[in-house]
Amino acid sequence: MTRKYFLIKHTLFLFVLMAGSSDLQAESRFITIASTTSTENSGLYEYLLPKFAGATAIDVRVVAVGTGKAIKIAEKGDADVLLVHHKPSEERFVSDGFGVERYDVMYNDFVIVGPSSDPAGVAGFSSVGNALQKIADSGSTFTSRGDDSGTHKKELSLWQAAGIDVLEHDGAWYRETGSGMGATLNVAAGMDGYTMTDRSTWLKFSNKANLKLLVEGDPMLFNQYGVILVNPSLHSHIKATDGQLFIDWLISEPGQLEINQYRIEGRQAFFANAPIQ
Amino acid sequence: MSTFSSSFSTAVDLVLTANPELAEIVFLSLRVSVSAVLIATLVGMPLGALLAIRRFPGRATIATVLSSLMGLPPVVLGLIVYLLLSRAGPLGEYGLLFTPTAMVMAQTLLVLPIIAALTRQILADLHQHYDEQFRSFRLSGWKGIQTLLWEGRFSLLTALLAGFGRASAEVGAVMIVGGNINHVTRVMTTTIAMETSKGDFSLALALGIILILLVLSVNVLVSLIQAMENEA
Repeated sequence: MTRKYFLIKHTLFLFVLMAGSSDLQAESRFITIASTTSTENSGLYEYLLPKFAGATAIDVRVVAVGTGKAIKIAEKGDADVLLVHHKPSEERFVSDGFGVERYDVMYNDFVIVGPSSDPAGVAGFSSVGNALQKIADSGSTFTSRGDDSGTHKKELSLWQAAGIDVLEHDGAWYRETGSGMGATLNVAAGMDGYTMTDRSTWLKFSNKANLKLLVEGDPMLFNQYGVILVNPSLHSHIKATDGQLFIDWLISEPGQLEINQYRIEGRQAFFANAPIQ
Repeated sequence: MSTFSSSFSTAVDLVLTANPELAEIVFLSLRVSVSAVLIATLVGMPLGALLAIRRFPGRATIATVLSSLMGLPPVVLGLIVYLLLSRAGPLGEYGLLFTPTAMVMAQTLLVLPIIAALTRQILADLHQHYDEQFRSFRLSGWKGIQTLLWEGRFSLLTALLAGFGRASAEVGAVMIVGGNINHVTRVMTTTIAMETSKGDFSLALALGIILILLVLSVNVLVSLIQAMENEA
């Protein structure tokens, strides 16, 4: 046993040596957060994190994946903080004991985009339910994330609310890409299809091609982001103090102000809405 | 068409302005892939030599398994290394997930079968050639392996190149175990994947051009070494 241990330790040491880094004893103070591609791709973190680092000297390392996968990463204890956008899953994460407490951080909204020819004729609809109904009735191509992300879960709940069973049409006009928001937008652009995206990814997306924003403004398209500290009593290595410092800063007045100040092409991308402390 | 031309000028711009973020990404890519190839060489070449020369039970089986592992999808390997290094996994206590070290480990495992299998092939051919001389000089096993590795060193560079090509081109494994963290584990291939997903095709393609040029320069360097040897 000890011999095996020795071997493992020295093999790992060799890797660290070769990688030429001090990964085992990180030189700087940092936390790892599991988060969504929408926040990363929007450029928010690149704007926000240096400001937090300036205030606290703590680096924040972001692993950006879909909400479902981010939650899995946090459950295994591979991140200190979870920042995602699917409230029911987040609340379950806390009630199952994986997280300490959930805080609202900010919101923006989802939009429906589609080909400018708009074969389903949904442009300008104020009800997303009616728009989805029209897309389904006309059998127009709709590309779905299909990856268990926050956006995917939201989209499924909207179909359900509209009383449409999309799985019946899976592979026909309903297409699951099983990939991130940007990749799904690329597919929609390539197939002249409709899709649902968060507004920040849409604003930042460069390959809009023939796609246009068609439906927005329905209160059902609300997109809330929440932040949770991973439970340190489940994993002793969780950096609870620094993680909580990050959360406290995000929901504090300075942090909230910074979120509101972030702009994509002159437009506010996220709206801070943490309860006043 | 416009994407191609604009990405080419983007690539030239990035290189000419010595963009610091690009430099960081390129440097990390090289660091990870070169480390992986070096470690895989240290283990894989003696292993390949052993398989080429020594006769022992199970030799053919190991050789076949090694050749098959050359086709292992990087994403599967990434998943395995991820599960090993995750805090919930057997090596979780070292906290290596989402670090460059994790990326080196994944790429080493990816490249090892390639280097070992190619070494075996190259040295097996060479061995036939030298077999009688070895016997007449009564070279022992280990001495024989050393001699063969030395004699075949220029052909073995090809095995090294194949390993380096595989390591620097793969994205599946480093994406999973590295996490594509800005300034920490973001390498060329993960950046290309990310920029593609953002719809920024010209930047993605520009990075692809730079990656190819990089691999090309390594290959040219090796051919020069080989050419010099042939002249000597």
